[in-house]
Amino acid sequence: MDLSFSAEDLAFQREVRAFVAENYPADIKAHFDAGLEPRKADFVRWQKILFEKGWVAPAWPQQYGGTGWTPTQRYIFQEELGAANTPGIIPFGLSMVGPVIYTFGSEEQKKRFLPGILSSDVWWCQGYSEPGSGSDLASLKTKAVRQGDKYIVNGSKTWTTMAQWADWIFCLVRTDSSVKQQEGISFLLFDMKSPGITVRPIITMDGGHEVNECFFDNVEVPAENLIGQEGQGWTYAKFLLGHERSGIAAVARSKRGIAKLKQIANAELSDGRPLIEDQDYRRKLAELEIDLTALEYTELRTLARESQGKGPGPESSILKIKGTEIQQAITELAVEAAGYYGFAFNHRAMNGSNEPVVGPAATAFAAPAYFNMRKTSIYGGSNEIQKNIIAKMVLGL
Amino acid sequence: MDFNYSDEQKLLIDSVERFIQDDYGFDTRRAILKSDEGFRRDLWQKFGELGWLAVPFAEEDGGLGGTPVETMIIMESFGRGLVVEPYLSTVVLAGGLLRAGGTPAQRETVLPDLMAGGLIVAVGYAEPTSRFNLADVSTTATATGGGYVLKGRKSVVLHGPMADKVIVSARTSGGQRDEAGITLFLVDAGAAGVTRQDYPTVDGLRASELVLDGVAVGADAVVGEVGSGFLLLEKAVDEATAAICAEAVGAMEVLHKATLEYARTRVQFGQPIGRFQVIQHRLVDMYIAYEQAKSLAIMANLKLDAPREERRRAVSAAKVQIGKSARFVGQQAVQLHGGMGMTDELNVGHYFKRLTMIETLFGNTDYHLKRYAA
Ligand SMILES: Cc1cc2nc3c(=O)[nH]c(=O)nc-3n(C[C@H](O)[C@H](O)[C@H](O)COP(=O)(O)OP(=O)(O)OC[C@H]3O[C@@H](n4cnc5c(N)ncnc54)[C@H](O)[C@@H]3O)c2cc1C
Repeated sequence: MDLSFSAEDLAFQREVRAFVAENYPADIKAHFDAGLEPRKADFVRWQKILFEKGWVAPAWPQQYGGTGWTPTQRYIFQEELGAANTPGIIPFGLSMVGPVIYTFGSEEQKKRFLPGILSSDVWWCQGYSEPGSGSDLASLKTKAVRQGDKYIVNGSKTWTTMAQWADWIFCLVRTDSSVKQQEGISFLLFDMKSPGITVRPIITMDGGHEVNECFFDNVEVPAENLIGQEGQGWTYAKFLLGHERSGIAAVARSKRGIAKLKQIANAELSDGRPLIEDQDYRRKLAELEIDLTALEYTELRTLARESQGKGPGPESSILKIKGTEIQQAITELAVEAAGYYGFAFNHRAMNGSNEPVVGPAATAFAAPAYFNMRKTSIYGGSNEIQKNIIAKMVLGL
Repeated sequence: MDFNYSDEQKLLIDSVERFIQDDYGFDTRRAILKSDEGFRRDLWQKFGELGWLAVPFAEEDGGLGGTPVETMIIMESFGRGLVVEPYLSTVVLAGGLLRAGGTPAQRETVLPDLMAGGLIVAVGYAEPTSRFNLADVSTTATATGGGYVLKGRKSVVLHGPMADKVIVSARTSGGQRDEAGITLFLVDAGAAGVTRQDYPTVDGLRASELVLDGVAVGADAVVGEVGSGFLLLEKAVDEATAAICAEAVGAMEVLHKATLEYARTRVQFGQPIGRFQVIQHRLVDMYIAYEQAKSLAIMANLKLDAPREERRRAVSAAKVQIGKSARFVGQQAVQLHGGMGMTDELNVGHYFKRLTMIETLFGNTDYHLKRYAA
């Protein structure tokens, strides 16, 4: 057993660190450090910087634009980006549909779609969930009927993250209702500008707009946009879910979150002394840090297994559950640190207006962040569903 | 032993509940939140007509002479309806201070108008660095001739934007965190030297940052005795804490019922999600958390007139239990509603947000655990 990085890994770490220090734009950093509402342009700009360096898709095979890094290098890369608080890579193109296209798509589809994903010129969204189909995704009803060389799509999707920004959507649709649920699903790509698509915003309780409803009214989709075979969509979707879950532990980001909590707890006063000296607060912070360290080593062990050629198994559900619990706990402690100033709803300031925030800048968005992060145990397969997976696949119950 | 309500109390429950059902639906509340004022003056006056604003005041002051149980009843119903009107600030908190410490002149000039719904009073007890310590006061009150000059800053004054008057704590002597030397003053919100920065809060209320820059008040502005404001403030804040515990109980009840109903009707995998045992147990845990919270909220409200130590312990015990229960019930209500629970459109998130703020208001769980254990 050896937990240290090799000399090459350490050199790689220095290289990444130096690159991020030199190339991460200060204005984007300021925006993200302040906890303001994310802007599409910032994501695109940062992803393009990584693209130009050849680092935007570390997990992809080299032939399609990947880096050829080892899993350890990918991990180091994630750590460095997290530590610098760069905008997260928006997963829909690069982590989700991209791998589906290069794994199951035709040569023609690869040529057509992969370049736009890598360069972030084409933005994707994920059309899986429907009003009646959340955890039970296979029950989805949105229908695609083949007519000659096109499909006619009718139905609706919901919770579609960033659909308001997206150029294209990858969608699970029902192409056959006469077979077992899972067998009648197909994987379709289509242009969000197609006639018949309506996108309606859903405002979340923190006041933000990141999810949407999408309605499809006789949307015509060329049959060439079908991925793989008709009726095989569920297989591709499951493959994609495996990709969605990796990286969901967000260890590097949580480390940064804890560092920020410490900063806040050093600045906020309780009975005239820094909050960090409050025994209760200190204990909770320490417990959280230990929890995160455990998760980090669990993730490293998963990674080591992967380096030996074993794919991420159902154990990755542990990473989802613990990762999201820790992310949520960090926001809870931020609210506790904010005290009364956590009450102020600095909504316009959060959306980028010049309005000054009420109370200390470091805690101004603590409450909305806490409300928003409740989503993490719901999406990407809810934590209850992850536990069902572990119970069944790992424990054999 | 009797946990039953009297017939009169039952009538009060009926009247408040009927109002919440008929006149304070979720859409009405939503419209109030969006309005400039952030509350409905006509409804507030209606509260006055119905006698709710007179409940805790003595009969000789024109009040109804109610006990904390009546306040508890009203606050629990207001919790069910997520009422944003300034009852807590004006009737419970400022009212508590004026009842116990107001001079005859203050009671005569302020209370009738307050009880009629014409006058709103807020209380500024916190400062930017005071956290939950009511004795941590740096605002100064300097005696000048016949009165005082106030200088300092009060933070997150709930219902400040709509207040006609504000009662603030200021230091007439002593060091920054001494309990002795704190004096309470009744100040006109529009007095020269008062500036306000108003803003909405995340749970739908309104609050202000209050800057007092050389505000001159007469000696008749003092509420209670000079230098002894702390104990008065502490008792009123304890009463207000017990009141928000009741409010939280009302909010938790709605959340638990709504989640139960959702679990019965939301179908996934061919059956209502409430058939999954993990969901059943979660709903049971939410129910237990709610019942435990309700028990201590009642206990605390019944002990508000007990000797100081006993009252403090009872209130802190309740606040700790409420804090833990509110967090659990709120988070689970969102979780079990799935994506729907995250939306602004559904009421669940709004109850969760109010419960989250109640967890912090008048001292969070850590603060009250310490006060209890001390
Ligand atoms: C902010 C946000 C962004 C999202 N982005 C996208 C997106 O871009 N694209 C997309 O397609 N979807 C997206 N989703 C949808 C997300 O995947 C679903 O919300 C999720 O799958 C849960 O489905 P549901 O909301 O219908 O909840 P339900 O499935 O109705 O579940 C309700 C509750 O029941 C529990 N439950 C359900 N079944 C079981 C069971 N068998 N055992 C135990 N408990 C169970 C759940 O865990 C949950 O607590 C997003 C959701 C959110 C909140």
